[in-house]
Amino acid sequence: MEYDVVVVGAGPGGSNAARVAADAGLKVLLLEKRQEIGVPKRCGEGFSVGGMKNIGVTPDPKWTVNEIRGANVYSPNGNLVSARYPTTIGYVIERKIFDKHLAINAAKSGAKVLAKAEATDLIMENGFVKGVRYSHFNEDEEARSKIVIAADGVESTIARKAGLKTTNKLIDIDSGFQYEMVIDLEFPDMLELFFSSKIAPRGYVWIFPKGKDIANVGVGIGGNEEGVAKSYLDKFIESHKELRRGSIIEVNAGGIPVGDPISKLAGNGIMVVGDAAHQVNAIHGGGIHEASVAGIIAGQVASEAIKTDNFSENKLMEYDKRWRDKRGVILHKIVKLRQSIEKLSDDDLNMISEHLTGEDVVDFANGKNFLKLAKIMMKRPKLVSVAKAML
Amino acid sequence: MTNDDKVSIDHNACMSCGGCVGVCPFRALDLDNGTKINPLLEVCNGCGICIKFCPVGAINLG
Repeated sequence: MEYDVVVVGAGPGGSNAARVAADAGLKVLLLEKRQEIGVPKRCGEGFSVGGMKNIGVTPDPKWTVNEIRGANVYSPNGNLVSARYPTTIGYVIERKIFDKHLAINAAKSGAKVLAKAEATDLIMENGFVKGVRYSHFNEDEEARSKIVIAADGVESTIARKAGLKTTNKLIDIDSGFQYEMVIDLEFPDMLELFFSSKIAPRGYVWIFPKGKDIANVGVGIGGNEEGVAKSYLDKFIESHKELRRGSIIEVNAGGIPVGDPISKLAGNGIMVVGDAAHQVNAIHGGGIHEASVAGIIAGQVASEAIKTDNFSENKLMEYDKRWRDKRGVILHKIVKLRQSIEKLSDDDLNMISEHLTGEDVVDFANGKNFLKLAKIMMKRPKLVSVAKAML
Repeated sequence: MTNDDKVSIDHNACMSCGGCVGVCPFRALDLDNGTKINPLLEVCNGCGICIKFCPVGAINLG
């Protein structure tokens, strides 16, 4: 079969790209290697109201399972920094329903969606990507296309075959592990985050409530840190009475790219979006919004490329440029913030937490108001250079 | 190098999250069908990066 665009991977990045391209009248194939779109989740499932607005989705109770009013952030010595807002600022969502919903929208827009279809190789001709080979059950198939959009996640191999450098350095990826648990929650409408080098070296433990007595309880640690993410989470749970008594109804794991996005997002006939391109907020590790924004831009650029019959790297790098203008600049700032925070000791974090409000922490996670953090850090002479590097 | 110097996957522990595929500099790992991690022993260099990354300790040498 011959398509305008083949999209590999039906996560938020891929499904948004497929929908936008199909809406523009393109002939689109969206392949998902797993037998069920959205499963297994590799995600804490937090999604802000602002993020939803940015990508044009309306909160739907089918997948917005819990409203969030704020966040409790705990420093290593247990000091609580809290932000609580009068209105809903975000949701914890059900990814297995949300992701499917996005794929359904792509299909309704005219894209052909196929689950349990694993892209195994690229079709390359004269230095251009010209489609993919994929397997569906025991059949090996070819889907020829003018453009391939690789939205194939942290394990991306498709973009690598076109020479794009999607491999994560160990220092630039977090090792994540999570239980979905039935537990008694003290704060069912607050995200809770626990910071300490002992609890989660170069990362944090999170409790994201999915209802009054159910939550994603997870940990991310720096990929190059000693020890196993699961052991850190088990230890945390063991030391908290309410968690220790809880039940585990789902287990998740995953890698979270927290370094800079890859240096080049497109090649001849190919664009890369989402986790595969390391498009993630490096402070909180969220990727739904970032992948979706990138997917939408990639879908738009695909349609412009098809209209002008130009699928060269030069043309498709328009996606790279627009994405960096819209999100790349801010995400790079957030990476720099993370790299500075990583240099802080637990004692530094305790001191800083004394001078912050919860609203400040929310600002930092969104790439804003770093000057305030820098000023606090500069109270300690040894942190002056770290603070400067962040600005 | 013998296979004792290369990775093996404990499939009882593996969550098939694919993170190891994303960190392998040699493309020696593949998340087959999204369900099973397959190490390509002829490509594996035994560097241990995936072992260090694995969130559940499901990768070992040998």
